[in-house]
Amino acid sequence: MVTCPECESAVVPAATPVIGEIVECGECASELEILTLDPVRAALAPEIEEDWGE
Amino acid sequence: MSRTVPLAVLASRVRASEKHILEALGRRRIAHQHVDSRRWWHELGDLGPRPTVLNREIGLARATYAAHALESAGATVVNSARATELCGDKWRTSAALAGAGLPTPRTALALTPEAALTALETLGYPAVVKPLQGSWGRLVAALPDRRTAETVLEYVAALPSPQARIVYLQEWIAKPGRDIRVVVVGGEAVAATYRRSEDWRTNVARGAVSELCALTPDIAKLAVSAAQAVEAEIAGVDLIEDGTGATLVLEVNHGVEFSGLQQALGDTVSVADRIVDHLLTKEHPCSA
Repeated sequence: MVTCPECESAVVPAATPVIGEIVECGECASELEILTLDPVRAALAPEIEEDWGE
Repeated sequence: MSRTVPLAVLASRVRASEKHILEALGRRRIAHQHVDSRRWWHELGDLGPRPTVLNREIGLARATYAAHALESAGATVVNSARATELCGDKWRTSAALAGAGLPTPRTALALTPEAALTALETLGYPAVVKPLQGSWGRLVAALPDRRTAETVLEYVAALPSPQARIVYLQEWIAKPGRDIRVVVVGGEAVAATYRRSEDWRTNVARGAVSELCALTPDIAKLAVSAAQAVEAEIAGVDLIEDGTGATLVLEVNHGVEFSGLQQALGDTVSVADRIVDHLLTKEHPCSA
């Protein structure tokens, strides 16, 4: 479990998180990026940039 | 990138699609390395063992330069730098589609907003203006008439980037509230979905809903031809149906997101496994 840096709600990552994975805070919808796995730490994900896409 | 790992997945942002791919590789015990492109750098020269790199970098500039750098060092990059460049630029995509003789909406390129207004007199209204780069329907605007076009193009003229002031225009296609997304892997259409929306922009990122679409031979053939036209080995091909029953190719995405498609597919087909299967046709990947 990680704490959303934006609203301090508890966010539960997937059972097998991956570094760089994006998880969404169920409370404030902020996007968090998984930074480390042991322990699991997350931070606000980078803002979408102009040339991002498919 | 390790000199000993023959298969790498280059990605900064691990979306659901990237996670599906990484999980498929892990489940199948295929040795691989996930490389965070934000930390990757390369000094000109040989990479040693020729790796196969699945390029899933979300940023077009980073994806393109990484592909060029890796290819210059002897890596096999999927999709290639050329495919990434062609798909990443709407005009180059349109030119490649038209060059291959594929049906695509009437499209014009104007080098200034002023020239765009003139071009619109020929293209006609309504029309659509799109940024050359970008995805998810961002900054795509409908131009129902000249007054709207003058207003939108005034904003375009004020954009700071010279490239952003190059104007890509397309005829308006009265599609039936949906488009068709086809995933193509290794020259084969894997699956298709309708993307339905109340909005005229039927991007899932804008709230469109995916539901399965029968992969008819005609749809499959058109999508595979479109992917080949832009040299993409893995592609998300967007098709639209016009009012006459014809199907047109709108664009081809080199970094296709497929989590919505996978949800619609359920357990019938694993897109991630099809991508892994394709990577295994390249040299080197081996069991862990």
